[in-house]
Amino acid sequence: MDLHRLTIHELSGMLKKGEIRSRDIVDSLFKRIDHTEGKIAAYMTLTRDLAYEQAEKADSLIKSGKAGYLTGIPIAIKDNICTKGIRTTCSSKILEGLVPPYDATVITRLKDAGAVFTGKTNMDEFAMGSSTENSAYALTKNPWDTERIPGGSSGGSAAAVSADECIAALGSDTGGSIRQPAACCGVVGLKPTYGRVSRYGLVAFASSLDQIGPITKDVTDSAMLLNIIGGHDPLDSTSVGTPMPDFTGSFEGGIKGVRIGIPKEYFIEGMDIEVERSVMDSISILEGLGAIKKDISLPHTDYAVASYYILATAEASSNLARYDGARYGFRTKNAKDLFDMYIRSRQEGFGPEVKRRIMLGTYALSAGYYDAYYRKAQQVRRLIKEDFDRAFESVDVIITPTAPTPAFKTGEKTQDPLKMYLSDIFTISVNLAGIPAISIPCGFGSGDLPIGLQISGRHFDEETLFRLAYAFEQSTEWHKRRPAI
Amino acid sequence: MQYEVVIGVEVHAQLLTESKMFCGCSTRFGERPNTQTCPVCLGLPGTLPVINKKAVEMAIKTSLATNCMISAYNRFARKNYFYPDLPKGYQVSQYELPLGENGFLDIDTDGIKKKIRIRRVHMEEDAGKNLHEDIANASHVDLNRAGVPLLEIVSEPDIRSPEETVSYLKSLRDILIYLEVCDGNMDEGSFRCEPNISLRPAGSLELGTKTELKNINSFKFVQKALEYEVKRQEKTLREGGRVIQETRLWDTDREVTETMRSKEEAHDYRYFPEPDLAPIMISREWIEEIRSDLPELPNAKRIRLVNQYGIPEYDAALLISSKGLADYFERCVSLYNQPKTVSNWIMVDLLRFLKADSMAIEKCPLRPEQLAGMLKLIDKGTISGKIAKTVFEEMYRTGKEPATIVKESGLTQIVDESEIERVIEGVINSNPDKVEAYRKGKDKLFGFFVGEVMRASGGKANPAKVNDLLRKRLNR
Repeated sequence: MDLHRLTIHELSGMLKKGEIRSRDIVDSLFKRIDHTEGKIAAYMTLTRDLAYEQAEKADSLIKSGKAGYLTGIPIAIKDNICTKGIRTTCSSKILEGLVPPYDATVITRLKDAGAVFTGKTNMDEFAMGSSTENSAYALTKNPWDTERIPGGSSGGSAAAVSADECIAALGSDTGGSIRQPAACCGVVGLKPTYGRVSRYGLVAFASSLDQIGPITKDVTDSAMLLNIIGGHDPLDSTSVGTPMPDFTGSFEGGIKGVRIGIPKEYFIEGMDIEVERSVMDSISILEGLGAIKKDISLPHTDYAVASYYILATAEASSNLARYDGARYGFRTKNAKDLFDMYIRSRQEGFGPEVKRRIMLGTYALSAGYYDAYYRKAQQVRRLIKEDFDRAFESVDVIITPTAPTPAFKTGEKTQDPLKMYLSDIFTISVNLAGIPAISIPCGFGSGDLPIGLQISGRHFDEETLFRLAYAFEQSTEWHKRRPAI
Repeated sequence: MQYEVVIGVEVHAQLLTESKMFCGCSTRFGERPNTQTCPVCLGLPGTLPVINKKAVEMAIKTSLATNCMISAYNRFARKNYFYPDLPKGYQVSQYELPLGENGFLDIDTDGIKKKIRIRRVHMEEDAGKNLHEDIANASHVDLNRAGVPLLEIVSEPDIRSPEETVSYLKSLRDILIYLEVCDGNMDEGSFRCEPNISLRPAGSLELGTKTELKNINSFKFVQKALEYEVKRQEKTLREGGRVIQETRLWDTDREVTETMRSKEEAHDYRYFPEPDLAPIMISREWIEEIRSDLPELPNAKRIRLVNQYGIPEYDAALLISSKGLADYFERCVSLYNQPKTVSNWIMVDLLRFLKADSMAIEKCPLRPEQLAGMLKLIDKGTISGKIAKTVFEEMYRTGKEPATIVKESGLTQIVDESEIERVIEGVINSNPDKVEAYRKGKDKLFGFFVGEVMRASGGKANPAKVNDLLRKRLNR
């Protein structure tokens, strides 16, 4: 049986009944990886030996009846999440050779739950990008069309899930980095509420926006993973102690009477016709299930991308200051003195997009510009959050496309950063507002390219997202389609 | 033209917390390099800070003791700059909203009292240390100190002389030690001061251009560095030159200040709110709880000692120089109610021994009970004041009880009159000429006879009795 094609909840049931062993899943997966990874390049690092070791432990746990539903399930991890003893590069040359001496909190929680790790996935360097083309190491392909990008920055994780090179994966999302690649690869991607999942051990891009989340084959798996990785962490002061419900329990009850808001600012002229049609059809399906559609307005939407690129780059310019060649990672070999070492190490160690953002952010924080840029952007951020607060007084969720187009061609936007930045035009506001959003497959465009539907909700109300997404999934088949690779 | 000196001081005080500002690492000083570190204070990728509540509490304490207003809403900021001892490439500090603001301190410089305003008290983390010594062709970094909690305490430019600066710094240091928030050790760098100084024509209200002084690790050098800088700036101005705004390093060996590399000055720290830490809200209740737990501060203690015990201002000022010393004094007085006598013994004898051994009062082997016991022996006439000096030293050296020392060494005073008279007879018989001179009116010789009698008795004769009997015998 092709175990690698199955979901967490399917495998979990089989493991529990003793029909299969975790080892069998790992076998099946690595066979698949050996077959497809050459074409996809989803991984930075494969941890085959560790996976077998963990599978063995999991199998004995299952035998002794002490297993949870994640015990023995192979998961792939984005390479910006620290894993003790396994190199963590953020797909950057500057972190060359870095092997963290500690586990991120989400990793500890997955380990405690008995999960198995298949490896670390490729990404845009330091999560900066929308196509995974900014990796310093590998070019990940979209399993639906290897001429195309998988989205980004969690492109490796999304491609691995889509190509059945793992059962599920973790990504991180600062401005759309889980949802956009999930949409591009036809899988489910959740950005939890800011503060829901601990960031401890997530290599920071923009601290006030970053959030770790699951990328999965269906909504049930997404809820199952959030159950494990979510919840307060004393090591992250920005993680919140809001109670953690059993998210798999949120599917019950249907969606009758759920009010869905359609923001007019997101449906503008020039939108990809296939994307628009798929999203509109999806809304009709939801209406058919009893949801109530309402037109709403998020008036400050136009300013989201601008304020995001000031705030995210400002934080990044500071977060990435520690990569100076002094203590770990890459150091230039031809430094004349200390400052020369800093300059050259960073010059040679960072890729062009990272440098561009560090410069943007440094500028935005500089004396004399702070008020015009950083402070102004913070004020805009507040207005955007207030837009959502107001909208959620009259609706329960907001539905938009996840991305303006299906996956574009490799190289298509690399020469035009602004065009690339607009790939995140529909996802960025959610990060600025700190609210949760999920992207689910909602159709296919020409060339068999997946299209994603974004559902966003109130702070800490992932339950309503899951309920709606699950109901949609139950009445559609999109999530069951897999690329022919 | 007469110039007026204008000085302000920035103090960095290391807080006496067990663990660092944002992680659980120990703050112990003097351990092997990089042994007091963890992923967080090493600034490894992905790590996050968690605020040490004790440090906030100490910052509140200090703000209260320096009469500051305490901000209810506290937010940390990042100060960005590159240096090898700064593992994250930024220091977590406070910027727009310091924890304490608009306070003041009362100081006393040679009896002249003055109020020095305090601009701000804020929390931040310390950096590590770069090591250049004893390593050929390499510099190393020790990050044991990285992340140790610091308080920055900034005064207004209200200080007018090097002496006032020292007196301000001493008062501030005393307060921090009394509060038990800082050990005040200047050698180890737990109390660091950076004065800034400018000159202006006397009577002018405008501030002159200031220089900031660094690398000063004792009060003596504060005084010397500022004196040097006053002279240097005055000379520059008199010669028609301009003082350049800069940071100058004090050179301890050559006793001069020198320009630090100019590269250090052009910093734009690009402060912005630290997104990894949620704002800290400080409630009224928390402040009041801390206020009610504040110890008596040096100034209040000095006034109380004078009022309660009737000792001179001078004594009180000396006794409060450390909380331990004042406690020692009060403990002695509670056992032997002659405050001035106690204070004399502490100031003259005890401090002399402690100073010679560079010993802290807290570690003094001579306990208040023993000192009080000895003073009672004097009152009872068991020993003389003179013998007491010997007993005192013996107690200090051996820790033995005063009565035991007196017994073991046979130091008991001679009070038996016939025995004293016998000694007197001997002295008179061996100095017939002096006896005659005395009787002819040379009164001053009385002292000589007393001295001789005391010496002949091995210092054990009761001085009052000696006086009495000697006078009777000589006038016979």
